[in-house]
Order: sequence, then structure tokens, then C-alpha cells
Amino acid sequence: MIKALLTNWSVRIGGLLSLIFVAGALISFVWTPFDVETLTIKEKLQTPNLTYWFGTDHFGRDIFSMVMVGARTSIAVAIVAVGIGILLGVPLGLAAAARRGGLLDELIMRTNDLIFAFPSLVIAILITAVFGPGAVNAIIAIGIFNVPVFARLSRGAALSLWARDFVMAAQVAGKSAARISAEHILPNILNLLIVQGTIQFSLGILAEAGLSYVGLGAQPPIPSWGRMLAESQTMISFAPHIAIFPGMAIVLTVLGLNLMGDGLRDVFDPRLRRAR
Amino acid sequence: MLRFAFQRLISLTLSLIVASVVIFAVVEVIPGDPASYMLGLNVAEDTVAALREELGLNVSPFERYFTWITGMLVGDFGTSYTYRIPVAELIGDRLWISLPLTIYALVLSTLIAFPAGIIAATKRGGAGDIGVMGFTQLGVAIPNFWFAMLLVIVFAINLRWFSAGGFPGWDEGFWLSVKSLTLPAIALALPQASILARVMRSSLLDTLDEDFIRTARAKGLSRRQALWRHALRNALIPVLTIIGLQFSFLMAGAIIIENVFFLPGLGRLIFQGITQRDLIVVESVVMILVFAVILVTFLVDLAYAWVDPRLRRR
Repeated sequence: MIKALLTNWSVRIGGLLSLIFVAGALISFVWTPFDVETLTIKEKLQTPNLTYWFGTDHFGRDIFSMVMVGARTSIAVAIVAVGIGILLGVPLGLAAAARRGGLLDELIMRTNDLIFAFPSLVIAILITAVFGPGAVNAIIAIGIFNVPVFARLSRGAALSLWARDFVMAAQVAGKSAARISAEHILPNILNLLIVQGTIQFSLGILAEAGLSYVGLGAQPPIPSWGRMLAESQTMISFAPHIAIFPGMAIVLTVLGLNLMGDGLRDVFDPRLRRAR
Repeated sequence: MLRFAFQRLISLTLSLIVASVVIFAVVEVIPGDPASYMLGLNVAEDTVAALREELGLNVSPFERYFTWITGMLVGDFGTSYTYRIPVAELIGDRLWISLPLTIYALVLSTLIAFPAGIIAATKRGGAGDIGVMGFTQLGVAIPNFWFAMLLVIVFAINLRWFSAGGFPGWDEGFWLSVKSLTLPAIALALPQASILARVMRSSLLDTLDEDFIRTARAKGLSRRQALWRHALRNALIPVLTIIGLQFSFLMAGAIIIENVFFLPGLGRLIFQGITQRDLIVVESVVMILVFAVILVTFLVDLAYAWVDPRLRRR
């Protein structure tokens, strides 16, 4: 399996891109080329050069350093939002599958359908608007919509496993539904959860960027890619580099995660390779 | 079919009721006193009391919800606190920008995705397929508001083919208005076209492997004839669903894109409402957007069942 992962091109390229941004975010905790909170007005709006690799913004801040620190915000928001989806969605999906056809199953799945019917971005905007903009509310708003995704996925995958011999054997041995779900079903759907987790992670980064862009995500002085783009908007006619680099960071991170998700799916389930 | 439509109608009504309860609770109940929220800090108690009276907040939340819902059913969304005009009027004006923008983007997305998906499926593994798949991979990774900014840099600032933002109004001429919606529509359409092209490709590949295509080829039809006469029609069923779902993404995406291009649509209205703490405007616009999405999902379900009768029995 590890050999298959390491020889898959999507996993290699996607993994490398993702690793660059995760490493950039981690390194930014101990080192950035320049301090992102120090304003150096005399250095403002410099185009990319040897000192300022990505140039500087209208306050003279180094864009490369800001992109590094911005990666922290995007990655943290997306990871926690996916975590909420997995921690709430997977147990709900497994419970629905264990009580398949029952009232609990019906209740969980109909609630999921309802959440799916809502335009997620509109509700995320509503939540952050009423409870105040900020990274925490953005996480909650994005996380809520991850719950039905993981619930539905786990239920679907678990349903087919409940009909398998090894699960029946566990039932005959007297194990409870909760124990079977935890000890036999969950390890067998882990691959699917990893693939979906990667996809939701990339969607989370896009959603965080969107919320930050409209001013409802992380607030100053915490740098975020979306807010950097919003701040650059009035200056794109004379300093397009301010908009180019944070945007490229978003695209490359999302692209990396999507490629990795595709590659992982190919390795875990080679039957799907042709259809995509 | 009638029974299926009735079942879907009940589901639509339930979804709308739950949606309205959630929106009302999030906006008017959970944050506490809406009047204090709207007026902000350091406001005299009698001013808050006057606004509470004006907004009818002195009755129970249940009564307020009932008044809000029954009002909406007859087109009365209340009066905007900041604009001092009926919210229905505000929404009506802005809908004439947001709705055409969404439809324009949906048409563009379909026009780009169909040929791209067909080329990728028919030239599987070839240069066309690799090219389309590469572009779609990039298309889904680009945030549409950033793509919009790039379009402005290239087509508005450098080439000067389009204006960088604003909307002249439909009274100023149809083509002028369409032109001002073109860059926003392209920005909105790109990610959705990428998703649609991938679905089209995958659906067409599945259909081309089916027995009835083999039979058609055995009857003497060329690959192209089998594709156009048989495969395409069958491959369209899942594509139809995705097109319906895309309406909701485009409608929501338009909220952000309108802000990039300074278009006075529903998206701008919702953010003005948020900035000015005009909760009546915010809750009404959100409800309208949710209603539009749920309604389109309902219509897609009906169209889907009409095209594929097997689904009516589920």
C-alpha cells in the first residue's frame, strides 16, 4: 500500500504541494523573513525583488511572510472544520447504519437532507454576521456543513459492511452494535474517510478564503489569504502582485489537496480510476 | 408521477418551514434582543424601547414568527430599518440583477462543460482528455472571487474591453447591461463548468460501456452516431441533477462576486444589511435565497423523475 502511494503521481505532486504549505505554516511560528505586524511605509508597494520575494503591500509589509502566516489561519480553520464534521458526522452515520430502517436512522438522515438543502455559503454568512465575524465562528459555520457529508458517507459504507460475514460473526459472539461499529466497521471505512477528509479540507480552505474575503473570517491583525485579497482589490490596477500571490497560495494548496484526494482514491479503490 | 410530485411537494413545504424556523431563530432569538443588536452600543434605553415597539418585538417570539411567515406569504417582508422602504421593494429591484447573473453563469457553465466533457470522454486517455482534465482540476481549485480579480486585471484594466464594475441598469440598454454582467458571469461559471465537465465525462464513459451502445454499434452505427443518438441522451440524466444543484452554488457564489464587481444585487444588499445591522433585510434576503434553492431542487427532482420513470417508484 505504501509503495502504491509513493508511486502514484497524483499523491506525489499533491502531497508535495500540500507539504510545502503545511511546512510554510509551521515554520512561520518560529521564523518569517519579516515581521508581519510591523508597518514600513517607505517600503510600500514594492514589486517582487531579491529582498521582498513576493513584494510588499500598501503598508510596506512583506507579502511572502504574510502568505506564510496566512497559511496557518487557512489550514487551522479547515482542519478544525473537518474535525467537527468527522467527530459528529461519523458517529451519527455509524449509529444510523447500526439502527438501519429504524426511527434513529430516519431522523438522522432526514436532518442531513435538510442541512444539504441549505445553500451553505448563505448560512455561513448568516451565522458569522449574527454572531460576529472571526475565525471561531467561521470554523463553526464551515464545520456544520461537513457533518452531513461524513454522516452520509459513513452510513452508506457501513450499511454494506453490516451484511458481511465477519460482522455477523461479531454479532453472534454477542458484541453490541456500538462495539461492532467501533471495532469492525470504523477500521474498514477509514480509507474512505481519509479521501473525503482531504476533499473537505480543500473545500474548507476555499470557504475560509471566501468568508475572510467578505470580512467575516479571521480579523486583523491575524493575516489570512482571503483578507489579503480583499485588501488588494482597490490596488490591483497599479499593484497586481498584491492580489496574485495570496490567490496563487489558495489555488496551489487546494490543487495539492484535490490531487492527493484523487490519488488516494485511486490507490484505495483502483476500480474508480477509469471513471474519473 | 402525480404521487411522486405530491410527496416532493410535502418535502419542499417541510424544508421551507424548517428553514424559516432556523433563520428566524438564528437572527431574532439566539442573539438576544434584536433592537439592542441593531442599534449597537451606548444607546439610550428609551430609543431601544421605541425600536422594539416599532419592530413589534414586545410580543412572544412565536407570535413574531407567525406574523413574519404570514406576511411573507402575501409578499410583505416588513420595512427596512435603514432604507425605510418595504423590504419586498428592495429585494424586487436587486433580484433583477442577481437572477439574470445566475442564469447567465449557468448558461455559460453548461456551454463550456458540455463540449469539454464530450471531448474528454470520446478522446479518453488522449491529449484532449488530459487537457480537459488538467483545466478542470485547476478550475475547481480557483476561488471565483480571485478569478474575478484576474479577469478585471486582464479584460478591464489592461485590454479595456469591459468595465471593472458597476451596473448601468436595464433601462440604459439590454446589451450594455449584459456586457456589465459578462465578467461576473464568467468568474462564477468557471468552477461550476469544471465540475460539470467532469460529471459529463464520467457519465458519458459509463454510458459508452453499456450493452445498448454495443448493440447500436453492432447494428452498424458509427461511433459518432452511437454517441449522438444513444449515449448522450442517457448520459444527461446525472448531468441534469448537477445543473440543478449548481443553481444554488451560483446563487450563493453571486453574493461574493457582486461584491467584487460592485453590482447592486442581492449579495450587496445582504452585506449592506449586515454592516448596517438591518436584521429585517438580512433575514428576508436569506429566506428568499433559501426558497429559490429549495424550489429549484424540487423542480430538478420532478424533471429527473420525468426523464427516468424508475425514480418515481423510490
